[in-house]
Amino acid sequence: MRIKKHPILEFKHTRLVPFTFDGKTLYGYEGEPIIAALHDNGVRVLRTSLKLNRPRGLFCAIGHCASCFMIVNGKPNTRVCIEPLREGDVIETQHGKGEFK
Amino acid sequence: MIEEIELLVIGGGPAGLTSALHAGRYGTETAIVDDAIRPGGQLIKQTHKFFGSKMEYAGTRGFQIAELLLKELSKFNNVKIYDRTTATGYYEDGVITCLRGEKYFKIKPKRVIIATGAFERMIPFVGNDLPGVYGAGAVQTVMNLYGVVPAKRALMVGAGNIGLIISYQLLQAGVEVVAIIEGMDKIGGYQVHSSKVRRMGVPILTRHTIIEAVGEREVEGAIISKIDENWRPIPGTEKRLDVDTICLAVGLSPTIDILRQAGAKIVYIPELGGDVAIRDEFMETTAKGIYVAGDTAGIEEASSAIIEGAIAGISAAKSLGKSIPDFEKQIAKLREELNNLRAGPFGEKIKQGLEKLSRFSI
Repeated sequence: MRIKKHPILEFKHTRLVPFTFDGKTLYGYEGEPIIAALHDNGVRVLRTSLKLNRPRGLFCAIGHCASCFMIVNGKPNTRVCIEPLREGDVIETQHGKGEFK
Repeated sequence: MIEEIELLVIGGGPAGLTSALHAGRYGTETAIVDDAIRPGGQLIKQTHKFFGSKMEYAGTRGFQIAELLLKELSKFNNVKIYDRTTATGYYEDGVITCLRGEKYFKIKPKRVIIATGAFERMIPFVGNDLPGVYGAGAVQTVMNLYGVVPAKRALMVGAGNIGLIISYQLLQAGVEVVAIIEGMDKIGGYQVHSSKVRRMGVPILTRHTIIEAVGEREVEGAIISKIDENWRPIPGTEKRLDVDTICLAVGLSPTIDILRQAGAKIVYIPELGGDVAIRDEFMETTAKGIYVAGDTAGIEEASSAIIEGAIAGISAAKSLGKSIPDFEKQIAKLREELNNLRAGPFGEKIKQGLEKLSRFSI
């Protein structure tokens, strides 16, 4: 969800661009971290864990913790918390270690 | 090709930017490496006004301080910023490797200031790996920087300043904060922050902990419990809260990976947040030519990070042979400012930690 009204901050948004998440077309603002666009669209499960296949989501949001690894344009282990969104990005849930596509 | 430079600052937060500013002022050829989408460290998501004095931009909101520092830095031709760049390693020949997107490059600086900040701690409870369990700072980032809220109803774990401030900011963003729980028997943060959230009707439950995050694929609830003096949950006091988000504000630990690689001597000082580097009064570590500043040097506040950054920056410039008028006087003044910041009851822990640290001679 986007914040509509904020007492202090004003959010200047860039261009709204399409991307796909597991094949589904969604929209987000160009240049914002991919996670912001995903969260806005209600997507919180980003990958599954290596051994027990448990769902994983965002934890640190500053590129340190590895919880948000996803496959972006075929590249696994992309930290979507610090990866800017580009038009046409193909974003996929990562299972286990992920593989190059 | 290896880029040779006088000073490399790793980390573009309050400590890193200030250190570059102070070194750059005396003509030091400086590069800053920062891994975020935009530099400024955690300042850029902080909407609260700062305390302290003019030197630490008191009365100014965090994100505005970042803007001021970056604007000031842009005036120096001898300081450049590699944004979206991760410093990946320190090698024995003094080379630091960096990664920007697909581009990998090497920098060999004469001096290094490590200002890599801190990372959020995790505590053990059932389901703590479920999506919807966040470091509180993560929620602050997506919310205040990008205007997205991940939650409708949140539980905050930890009533230190970070927990209190972010609870208030969640309310500002339209999120309901069901409760703030705190394991200690008193609120850890400043009263000004706790009063604000209390006025808005958020209960702060001390001597409580979280024992489970409920949900299959995502957080659907939280089970909290009272705890006894030994921090053990008291059976029968469990309560289920209907929340979709759990924020953990249970403390930070210094990010010291590069310091370790560089061979700086590290000691464990709980009062400073964990493992920290031994350093002298100029913030130089036992690894010659390598300085620390900010949360990397011990968990404190952005205000003190700014002052430590200034000390490290001026000292690094001085050791590079730059002519610095009133060097001793400047350092003395900065040290006095640090003492002032640590004068209150909240500085007590830091002072104890620093006292412990000082027993390890450099």
